[in-house]
Amino acid sequence: MYTILITVAIITGITTSLAILLTLADAYIADYGEKKIIINQEKEFIIDGGSSLLSSLVSQNIFIPSACGGKGSCGYCKCKINSGGGPVLVTELSYLTKDDLKNDIRLSCQVKVKNDIAIEIPNELFNVKRYEATVETLEDLTNKIKLIRLKITSNDPSTIEFKAGQYIQLTAPPYGNNSEEVYRAYSIASATKDIHYINLLIGYVERGIVTTYVHKHLSQGNSLTFTGPYGDFYLQNTDSEIILVAVGTGMAPILSILYELLEERSPRKTTFFFGARTKSDLFMLEEMEMFEKELPNFKFVPTLSRPTEEDNWQGNIGRVTNAIENLIDKGDSTREAYLCGGTSMINSTVEVLLEKGMQEHLIYYDKFD
Amino acid sequence: MMEVNPFIILFASIFTSNMILANFLGMCSFIAVSKEIKTSLGLGQAVTFVVTGTTVINYLIYHHLLVPFGLEYLRFIVFIITIAAFVQLVEMVIERYLPNLYYSLGIFLPLITVNCAILGVSLFMVIRDYSFIQSIAFGIGSGLGWTLAILALSGIRQKLQKAPIPKGLQGPGITLIITGLMALAFIGFSGIVSIQ
Repeated sequence: MYTILITVAIITGITTSLAILLTLADAYIADYGEKKIIINQEKEFIIDGGSSLLSSLVSQNIFIPSACGGKGSCGYCKCKINSGGGPVLVTELSYLTKDDLKNDIRLSCQVKVKNDIAIEIPNELFNVKRYEATVETLEDLTNKIKLIRLKITSNDPSTIEFKAGQYIQLTAPPYGNNSEEVYRAYSIASATKDIHYINLLIGYVERGIVTTYVHKHLSQGNSLTFTGPYGDFYLQNTDSEIILVAVGTGMAPILSILYELLEERSPRKTTFFFGARTKSDLFMLEEMEMFEKELPNFKFVPTLSRPTEEDNWQGNIGRVTNAIENLIDKGDSTREAYLCGGTSMINSTVEVLLEKGMQEHLIYYDKFD
Repeated sequence: MMEVNPFIILFASIFTSNMILANFLGMCSFIAVSKEIKTSLGLGQAVTFVVTGTTVINYLIYHHLLVPFGLEYLRFIVFIITIAAFVQLVEMVIERYLPNLYYSLGIFLPLITVNCAILGVSLFMVIRDYSFIQSIAFGIGSGLGWTLAILALSGIRQKLQKAPIPKGLQGPGITLIITGLMALAFIGFSGIVSIQ
């Protein structure tokens, strides 16, 4: 009996004293006090120091894009830290390019706020909010692409304000073998005046976590969350001619841009080059007809890379770049181009557009892999 | 055992009774973190510091608390608890007051908690019945020996990056073979001094 008591007492004594020691250490050593976050040299927040910059910003309702939720495994939450960030950590290195390092770009989920810290983030991020939504409709556009319409159900914010071309981050809850929340970026395909809803085009990617969730597990009425809007790919307010180029689900931001032009009844000359493999991969054709009818100066140019015999295709054949080569004339350096698609499509299209005498800074693009 | 000179223990624990190459303790981080010399050196320093610190604390707890009450059999759980707490405390202190060191060690600091070489040193200290001074020498020596081994391995692995290694042997496979060869090489020291 005596041995049992003394054993328990000793172990408890040692553990308790260590626990007290660590608690005291946490309270006194790891207490960084109240620290200031200065954003873009104008906004100031006071927060309790010691936690990561990303979560400190979230506590102030500022959402920096992050796909992994602060685990340091996606590399999206980059932001510029002008002072107070401390040296770059080993855990950040694999996500930072040489340019990033030169420009003080850091991963905000790895940087702890231990000093007053001055950061720069794009002004648009102040507009980013977290939304709850339910699936209003879910429609197959082709056998690989779904149109999903989400109705915003959260009260604050209950409406979304974005620029035509921007994207949101959709969250897939844990399902099946996937035990954590996963975020992926999707461009908004609906009109900016459609403030209670957003439309997304989601293509099926084999073993893609969010795309599989949307294609196989999601049904009408389900709830989802998303944050947004993000991105510097959006329609510029000028009078120049517009060239739109997209393949597959890359049509999403272009649709939003077209709705925007429709809303303004814009007389801007607009050509939309859309690439697909076969006729069955084309979609939104009625919508395009509507745009051609309603917009005074709009032309839709679908081009198929591999039309089948049954397609009986009369239109352009080849890649979108071939169609641009043939249909766009040289000159006019004020033209703007908006491209959305995979990396190789974007790179080759930019090349062709530069050959056509366009200026590099007027070619806007949104790459996805 | 009691009369062995502490300097001999220090020397022997680096070369002849190396924690990794003679006892094969602390293998997990040894294999996982030995891709670059720089990080290996950082981890080696941290291990040396923690192993010395925990040996001292565990010596005091064992001889002034456990032995008087006849509770020697509790040493495993007690040693593990002190090691975990010590690493945690060290991490907090370093993060607060030596930020530069903290940044250079990064994630490797908390990893030390589960390094078996550290528990091994505390247990050997008890088994071999070292005195206080001998324990300190043994702790420092083991830490330095561990650092030496991981530095040597990371040097070899950096060279190996350009070598055509068969697919099945890449990564841990070839690393274990190298470790074995290094252990064989270290047998060459074994005639100099012996502490076990």
